[in-house]
Amino acid sequence: MWRWFHQWGSPKFFYHRSGALIPVLALASGLILGAGVFWGLLIAPADYQQGESVRIMYVHVPAAILAQSSYAMMAVMALISLIWRLKIADAAVQTVAPIGACITLLALATGSLWGKPMWGTYWVWDARLTSTLILFFLFAGVLALRNAAGQSQTAGRAASVLAVIGLLNLPIIKYSVDWWFTLHQPASFTLTDRPAMPFSMWGPLLMMVVGFYAWFFLAWLIRLRHELVKREIRSDWVQQMMKQ
Amino acid sequence: MKLGAMKPQRRNRLLLILGLVGGLGLALTFVLKALNSNINLFYTPVQVIAGEVPIGARVRAGGMVEAGSIRRSDGSLEVAFIVSDLAGAAFEIRYTGILPDLFREGQGVVATGTLSQDGVFFAEEILAKHDEKYMPPEVAMALDATRQDPLQP
Repeated sequence: MWRWFHQWGSPKFFYHRSGALIPVLALASGLILGAGVFWGLLIAPADYQQGESVRIMYVHVPAAILAQSSYAMMAVMALISLIWRLKIADAAVQTVAPIGACITLLALATGSLWGKPMWGTYWVWDARLTSTLILFFLFAGVLALRNAAGQSQTAGRAASVLAVIGLLNLPIIKYSVDWWFTLHQPASFTLTDRPAMPFSMWGPLLMMVVGFYAWFFLAWLIRLRHELVKREIRSDWVQQMMKQ
Repeated sequence: MKLGAMKPQRRNRLLLILGLVGGLGLALTFVLKALNSNINLFYTPVQVIAGEVPIGARVRAGGMVEAGSIRRSDGSLEVAFIVSDLAGAAFEIRYTGILPDLFREGQGVVATGTLSQDGVFFAEEILAKHDEKYMPPEVAMALDATRQDPLQP
């Protein structure tokens, strides 16, 4: 296991091995997202109370799930970067932060557009919405810190520390709707109970979630590979590649 | 992965970070506990009845719209209804204006406004709260007919 860890921690090994994943992820995300949009927007039923507006769910929920799990992944990378001083982990933190920020913004924006027709307001300072806004600021903060002071090692460490500490926000987002009275409703999906919607709705939703993940890993991988080449521009393996 | 097998330097860094996150987590827990009532978006019917809501101050209060309690006036947008917590506590809300689409009996609402001396809540804004259940209209109609909820085993 350690051998594997060290191999994939090497920028050269990672760059050469991960290239084959790009077309796979591109195809998967294109197909799955396309099918998910078709299924969710055209085939899935309207809701008995919310009518057609419920379809915003097929973008909002995957975005919200991905926003939180991409933060968790960023924090894990930050932890590895802090403890093992693995360069590739630092590059991973740096490249995932803007994607996470965009996805969080998408979750906030679609939630806002959904809130106006259903709740009657674009925004309310309830615990769920506020903690998700904080998630966006955490992504933005990590991004700003990482790019501060001319890409220095210190900036990388500061950004990683912030990313790890920000993990504390994730349980707050998750349980905000249970711990406090909020306008946002509690979770429709739990590990123990059946989903609070029929398959005709959670089917396309699950498909969109998978599609979002595929797209996310694609975007991350492309950015990370690009960043590795940029950082290792003087190393032999990049020079060799450029000559070809 | 055994902690003892790690290089001391790395182990120390791991412990330092865990300590930092743990300490901050503990501090955050206390802060959230202390601010608990401020983080709640609205006062519940129980709190309204118990007099926990400051009279005349602009606050939010919410609950479920009681079935059969909605009274609309002729010729104006004025509406009055009872909001309860389905466990006995209830208070009256009065509002003039357009209600959100989802406003209906049995739905949750969150009202912004002021509580008067006699316990009536005068709302300036009504927001609709919905639950986490979604289903197609046909299913909902069929359920209404049989009064059974398949999502509630």
